[in-house]
Amino acid sequence: MTPLPPLPDTAVVLGAQVSDWRAAVREAGRALARSGAARVEYADRMIAVIEEFGAYVVIAPGLALAHARPGPDVRREGLAVVTLADPVAFGHPHNDPVRVVIGLAASSAEEHVASVAQLANAFNDQRIVGRIARAASPAEVRDLLGLAAPAVDGAVGA
Amino acid sequence: MRIVAVCGVGIGTSAILQVNAERALSRLGLTADVSASDLANVADAAADAQVILTSTELADAVRAAIGRSYAEIIEVVNYFDVEEIAGKLEASLG
Repeated sequence: MTPLPPLPDTAVVLGAQVSDWRAAVREAGRALARSGAARVEYADRMIAVIEEFGAYVVIAPGLALAHARPGPDVRREGLAVVTLADPVAFGHPHNDPVRVVIGLAASSAEEHVASVAQLANAFNDQRIVGRIARAASPAEVRDLLGLAAPAVDGAVGA
Repeated sequence: MRIVAVCGVGIGTSAILQVNAERALSRLGLTADVSASDLANVADAAADAQVILTSTELADAVRAAIGRSYAEIIEVVNYFDVEEIAGKLEASLG
């Protein structure tokens, strides 16, 4: 199984102050850019997906999985985790308001299915969203998600 | 039996739905070929499928895209709730 990409501290934002869902997705985009997984423009494409298809990315109560198709603005597969100081509505009929945004950058559709399965393992515990929302450190988020820290924090080598 | 999980772009959310649908099927003791598709390709992907899994938000678009396909569209609220998915699959396939 393809392991999930590591989650460096730079890809975690705790208690972000955002005014709306676009700002929340932008935070996730900035975190993916900081960690080297995507270029900053990737955030625009994640927002465009929600504008085109609606808030279906809010896949569980309180949790949005922001993502877009693989593209030249994705440098390698990566995850980012953003917790919000104040929950925001994405416009989902059941799962609003969102407290945790996970940003996902994938370099190919096939490659990431196995790693997403691992993410699903963590989230099959229904209490996890609340726990991540209250996490006090990137290390705690990694523990909750079963993710590794990169060998050297910051940009991960290719 | 074929099941297709559909999301807007065919990665991420549909992959999670695919994985948890497989878990739900195994909980029900059923086997099926579960694949993921984006909305643009759902007509082809679902041509010989019995069930399409997607979110309420995308259900109308999926319905419009598949036209006269006989696949049943199941709307999933919580993609991580294997019990919800199992219950809805059981109601549909049972």
